[in-house]
Amino acid sequence: MTMFIPRAPRLLAAVLALSTALPAAAIDVLPFKDRAEEQRFQNLARQLRCLVCQNESLADSSADLAKDLRAEVFEQMRQGKTDAEIKRYLTDRYSDFVLYNPPVRGGTLLLWVGPFIVLVIGGIAVATIVRRRAAVARTGAPTTTTPDPAGDDWT
Amino acid sequence: MNARLVPLAGFLLLVALLGFGISWMRENRMSEVPSPLIGKPAPAFALPLLADPERTFGAADLRGKPYLLNVFASWCFACLDEHPLLMAEAKKLGIPLVGFNYKDEPDDAKRWLARFGDPYTTIVADRDGRVAIDFGVYGAPETFLVDAQGVVRYKRIGAITPIVLATEIKPRLAEMAKGTP
Repeated sequence: MTMFIPRAPRLLAAVLALSTALPAAAIDVLPFKDRAEEQRFQNLARQLRCLVCQNESLADSSADLAKDLRAEVFEQMRQGKTDAEIKRYLTDRYSDFVLYNPPVRGGTLLLWVGPFIVLVIGGIAVATIVRRRAAVARTGAPTTTTPDPAGDDWT
Repeated sequence: MNARLVPLAGFLLLVALLGFGISWMRENRMSEVPSPLIGKPAPAFALPLLADPERTFGAADLRGKPYLLNVFASWCFACLDEHPLLMAEAKKLGIPLVGFNYKDEPDDAKRWLARFGDPYTTIVADRDGRVAIDFGVYGAPETFLVDAQGVVRYKRIGAITPIVLATEIKPRLAEMAKGTP
């Protein structure tokens, strides 16, 4: 990299400028008064889903509606609304779908506790297998040489 | 049960889950954002008329009668899919079809209507999309059915098809006509 600097510093600068400009497509010029306000905005926008490109957050999306909603979020921040109030404003219009973290309710309960249920089932399965093998080892039955009477080579 | 069958049973369970997921996805469009507005009063709005931006038109002018609000734009390709249907059927429905021109240049919208026809009773223009956010609009076309009390009864996301009109919109209109003598 360094060898390019004396020869083509301008080219390097251009390439660097381009590479940093690309992800900036979704960034609007919002007049943040300080770093803290900007961080609060970015943090909030990352928790919200773009309705148009639904795998993107409001912070990342360059969709027209996302731009409008970012401006709306910014405006409401300026009006002194809390993050919860701004989220409420959006869920009143676009449902819980706009939140990347859906609230715990009847319909989303399985989403939240499902993985833990699967984890418990897996844990029980592992414990059962380990215990069974330990029992086999204690009785001294060799597990590898003699085939299972049922023809079972799984256990 | 033979322990050898356990992995097979597990596999079949996963296949069943996959089958369920696929059939569920065919009936429910996952990308559709459910409208929290259904069963709630439509947002109070007042917007300039497309034909005459000096005059405003809004929820207050529509109070007391059911209406359809159809979000459209000249840049919207899917709007052309439903457009012939609106041209043919809108007048027969017996309720106003309010056009909601969404984030459009008025001249483009007028040219679009001149070219393809104007099925609307009235057209309001939401140039900056601010009112559309209140309606939870996230694309075009979208169509809202609002009853005489100003309550949103139904929302269609995407183009209206003859099937949607016959099975989702017309039955609701009939029900509303029965409810309000």
